Amino acid sequence: MSVNINGLSVDLPSDARVSLLDLLRDHLDLPGTKVGCNQGACGACTVLADGERILSCLALAVQYEGRSVTTIEGLTVEGSLHRLQHAFIEHDGFQCGYCTPGQICSAIGMLREVQRGVPSLVTEDLSSRSIALTRDELRERMSGNLCRCGAYNGIVEAITEFAETSK
Amino acid sequence: MNNFTYVRATDVAEAVRQGGQAHAKFLGGGTNLVDLMRETLERPSVLVDVTGLSSAITDREDGGMLIGAAAKNTAVAEHRGVRTRYPLLARAILAGASGQIRNMATVGGNLLQRTRCTYFYDDDGSRCNKRGPGQGCDAIDGFNRIHAILGASSSCVATHPSDMCVALAMLDAVVHVTGSQGERTIAFADLHLLPGNHPEVETSLSPGELITAVELPALSFAQRSTYRKVRDRASYAFALVSVAAAMEVDDGVVKGVRVALGGVAAKPWRALRLEAALTGRPANEESFRAAAEAELADAQPLRHNAFKIEVAKRTIVAVLAELAGDRL
Ligand SMILES: Cc1cc2nc3c(=O)[nH]c(=O)nc-3n(C[C@H](O)[C@H](O)[C@H](O)COP(=O)(O)OP(=O)(O)OC[C@H]3O[C@@H](n4cnc5c(N)ncnc54)[C@H](O)[C@@H]3O)c2cc1C
Ligand code: SF4
Ligand code: FES
Ligand code: FES
Repeated sequence: MSVNINGLSVDLPSDARVSLLDLLRDHLDLPGTKVGCNQGACGACTVLADGERILSCLALAVQYEGRSVTTIEGLTVEGSLHRLQHAFIEHDGFQCGYCTPGQICSAIGMLREVQRGVPSLVTEDLSSRSIALTRDELRERMSGNLCRCGAYNGIVEAITEFAETSK
Repeated sequence: MNNFTYVRATDVAEAVRQGGQAHAKFLGGGTNLVDLMRETLERPSVLVDVTGLSSAITDREDGGMLIGAAAKNTAVAEHRGVRTRYPLLARAILAGASGQIRNMATVGGNLLQRTRCTYFYDDDGSRCNKRGPGQGCDAIDGFNRIHAILGASSSCVATHPSDMCVALAMLDAVVHVTGSQGERTIAFADLHLLPGNHPEVETSLSPGELITAVELPALSFAQRSTYRKVRDRASYAFALVSVAAAMEVDDGVVKGVRVALGGVAAKPWRALRLEAALTGRPANEESFRAAAEAELADAQPLRHNAFKIEVAKRTIVAVLAELAGDRL
């Protein structure tokens, strides 16, 4: 029984109670993924599972057997920061930085959803196939990631710039 | 969290067999169950992961649709057919939780998430008839701003948290289940129960019964439907009040109308009185208001939630006016 984490195959714990979050932080020494509320309410623990953003605190590691999980540590390309990480630095997308790994993983998953045409609550025309990432769309789609420091303006700017330059 | 065995079901028969063991629980995305287990409010000895069962979303010959219970909430909301034929269902799902949670949560799990309140979670601090039958309910004389105004009892005043279920109640969805006695279907209105004297029993499912699919019947005016949610912040919060509605107007007269309310009761609240009062009436704000008054005539406020009654009425009127649109 194994799961792929950032490209490496890892044995799953024999104790089914271990959450994906605890597997990452406590068993694999990947502390980039943060524990905020540990109950689904803050988004700090967001990781990508087969490219989709999920909350690792509400996931049992065993549920992800055979799947590929990417954490903030897995986003660096040959040791250098991901372009979205640079954008966060550039636009002051954080203060204490605690929510940042979750914000960044969430944003990457969110942009894939936009590309796929997944609507959001603020999408007016549900039948439209392409979605313009307006500020309202972005804020609604990122509402699952809270920032206690209130760095939201910088977060929105960083993601917007990254989205525009990735087209 | 207590210790348990984890198994993955590969077909319905095996899921039902595994789920029939003592203290077994089915596991969808885990977004509700894992949290409740961590709080030791649920202590299953076997977890049967049913996310590998059918997640297909298909058209039915009668014009309706069938959604496999393992379909993720996001998958339903992004499905073309759902978006164009049942827009209120897509909107209701998108109004719930967050992008991450919708990617994990399944349709079956969304239906069966617990009806709950903050006192329910407060295991060592307060009394709760749902957590400990017969203990009493500390919400009734406590902080009950978010609690029920309809259908509550002196045992429990919690509300059902699902947005998707409000849309399904409005659509008269049909729940397909399989248990050790075989298959059966349950009308959506009969799935969730009002608390009565037994708030710990929340659904009409027998122990070990598995939800396999949800059927959306054809509804001629489902395309003219929407969902509106009122909450304390713009996103990522449970409903104080929500309204799912569909309406058909002909020559200024309401020919057909369906309304269900969320955030007001222990189950998604189908507004049958409103529907009866409004059908055949002129499609104007006066009749919408009168019908809303009729529906909420029996509402029973607690100390902090009387505001919900007026919010419900106004939201109903606003949503129906939106649906009437230029035909008003
Ligand atoms: C922070 C937070 C905010 C939220 N906000 C909202 C909101 O605004 N609106 C909203 O609607 N929801 C909200 N939710 C709830 C969320 O929608 C539910 O947790 C989710 O839908 C449950 O689905 P799941 O697949 O994860 O269920 P699980 O947690 O896996 O299971 C829930 C229950 O269903 C049972 N079950 C699962 N599948 C089946 C099946 N096929 N047959 C029989 N039984 C089954 C399980 O045994 C369990 O009892 C929120 C959740 C969190 C954590
Ligand atoms: S309202 Fe229901 S869930 Fe909440 S404390 Fe009372 S009995 Fe428990
Ligand atoms: S730690 Fe997972 S959502 Fe807060
Ligand atoms: S930067 Fe501190 S919580 Fe977001």
